[in-house]
Amino acid sequence: MARETAAVIGVGQTPYRIHHADKTYVELAQAAAKIALDDAGMTPDDIDAIVFSMAPTEFMGVNDVDRWANAHVWGADKPFMRINTGGATGGSAAQAACDFICSGVYDTVLVVGADRVAETPDAQHILNLIWDPFYEQDFALNTITMTALAAQRYMARYGVSEEQFARVAVRARRNAVGNAYAHLKGEISIEDVMTSRRIAWPFKKFDICPRSSGAAAVVMTNKKIAARQCARPAFVTGRSAISHTVFMGDRLGLWSDTEFADHDGFWMAGQAAYRQAGVIDPWREIQVVELYDPFSSFQFPQLEALRFCAAGRAAAISDAGGLDLQGGGVAVNPSGGTLCTNPIGVTGLVRFIEAAAQVMGRAGDNQVSGVHRALATAIGGSTQFFTCTVLSDDA
Amino acid sequence: MNQLTPQADVIIPGEWHVRYNYSAGLVASQFLNALRERKILASRCSKSGIAYVPPRAYCESSFERCDSWVEVGHRGVIEAATIVTAAFDHLPPPPYAIAYVRLEGASTALLNFVRGLDLSDVPAAAAKLQPGARVDVRFRDDPEGRITDFHYEIS
Repeated sequence: MARETAAVIGVGQTPYRIHHADKTYVELAQAAAKIALDDAGMTPDDIDAIVFSMAPTEFMGVNDVDRWANAHVWGADKPFMRINTGGATGGSAAQAACDFICSGVYDTVLVVGADRVAETPDAQHILNLIWDPFYEQDFALNTITMTALAAQRYMARYGVSEEQFARVAVRARRNAVGNAYAHLKGEISIEDVMTSRRIAWPFKKFDICPRSSGAAAVVMTNKKIAARQCARPAFVTGRSAISHTVFMGDRLGLWSDTEFADHDGFWMAGQAAYRQAGVIDPWREIQVVELYDPFSSFQFPQLEALRFCAAGRAAAISDAGGLDLQGGGVAVNPSGGTLCTNPIGVTGLVRFIEAAAQVMGRAGDNQVSGVHRALATAIGGSTQFFTCTVLSDDA
Repeated sequence: MNQLTPQADVIIPGEWHVRYNYSAGLVASQFLNALRERKILASRCSKSGIAYVPPRAYCESSFERCDSWVEVGHRGVIEAATIVTAAFDHLPPPPYAIAYVRLEGASTALLNFVRGLDLSDVPAAAAKLQPGARVDVRFRDDPEGRITDFHYEIS
């Protein structure tokens, strides 16, 4: 493991909602960058490089929008690069910044991005176009149908019910009440979820995230500068990423070493990240988890692959309140998670920021007490890119 | 100049029109051309023994070239399935079912529509599409060398 450890010293988010009519796309990214720089007590002169977090740009409608954004996030005359691993983009962008800092290439890096997923009504059509035009694009694959396939298989493997998924959505909306930035929030019932419009079996409308617009940014630096700038930084003590083939059917075959329904990428990524961070028993040693969960079916397989519990056990723990914000075993998505807010190009970064804020003691109304370690995840592409990052109060 | 109250009231409409011609290459061309004869071909690697559908030029397990073609069966089992009941612009009109099916002789699962199933009662239809359910391949009357030349039906 690298001798240097990257530290989060400033975070910034805008509120997330369906539209931001008061700002252009680049002004939105700029707003988050400014908040994060102020939070870190820095100006753009203190930033050595910028990692721009942006997934497909067809949603917001300006191609390769990092070009337009560059100077607005004070990237002119600096190294500047865009990261895109679909839904995992923000997780990958944060990890890229860590790698720069730990390798000593740059001391201080700004990670910033924005998304406006609802600028077009054709989002699911755009998502369909990530599959090849010869074998899979014709069958209406998109993020919803792709995930519905995995959820159906997971339910069959472990006997999990639609109601158990619905409880995850109920908990997410409730948690989001304390998050000033969250897009969807408030009390809903399991019956509300169950009676919402069917979209793709087993998903109903309330099992699925909204299309959000908003921006997020984080300032990361080395241990020395962190000690000078921040009373309680969040250190990145473990990080790993795994990718799989685009062909989900390969992961449903007899020879596959991964199981499509189980989010197995996280088993591999988690092992590596835990080893770096010195985590042996995640259930006892990690207090907050910010999981990438755009669908109500995402939390259970992730918690199992990340060894918080045995395969097939997470639903029962959820039913018993073990994943609740207060009084549970591990606080899962105190922010409300991706089910409440999904600005795709920065969603992974939001998970990272929310986990960092919990370690820094700055999570506001949703602060969990006694947080020493938090975990952030992201998933992208054809359920194929997985990032897993451990943040700690001790380097 | 008049004192104006700032108002964010301008919205510029936009639309993209982009056309493509995708070259399929040798491997996909062979697979797609075989569909005209109602044959579904897998590319097989003799070192790993893996038979890929869709076919690959190289084996992703052994890193060797896939060195033969094998015809896979027209029967298989569902590995994962869903029923779509919501309309998305530019995607097929609902309802429709799709499934990953492992065909006889194939190592991997292949995606296609499942037709011929009454989808008016979604939970009832979903019960018939459980992993392990058997399906048959049905080709259209005039196959044209596209993956949509066939679909699945519950056996």
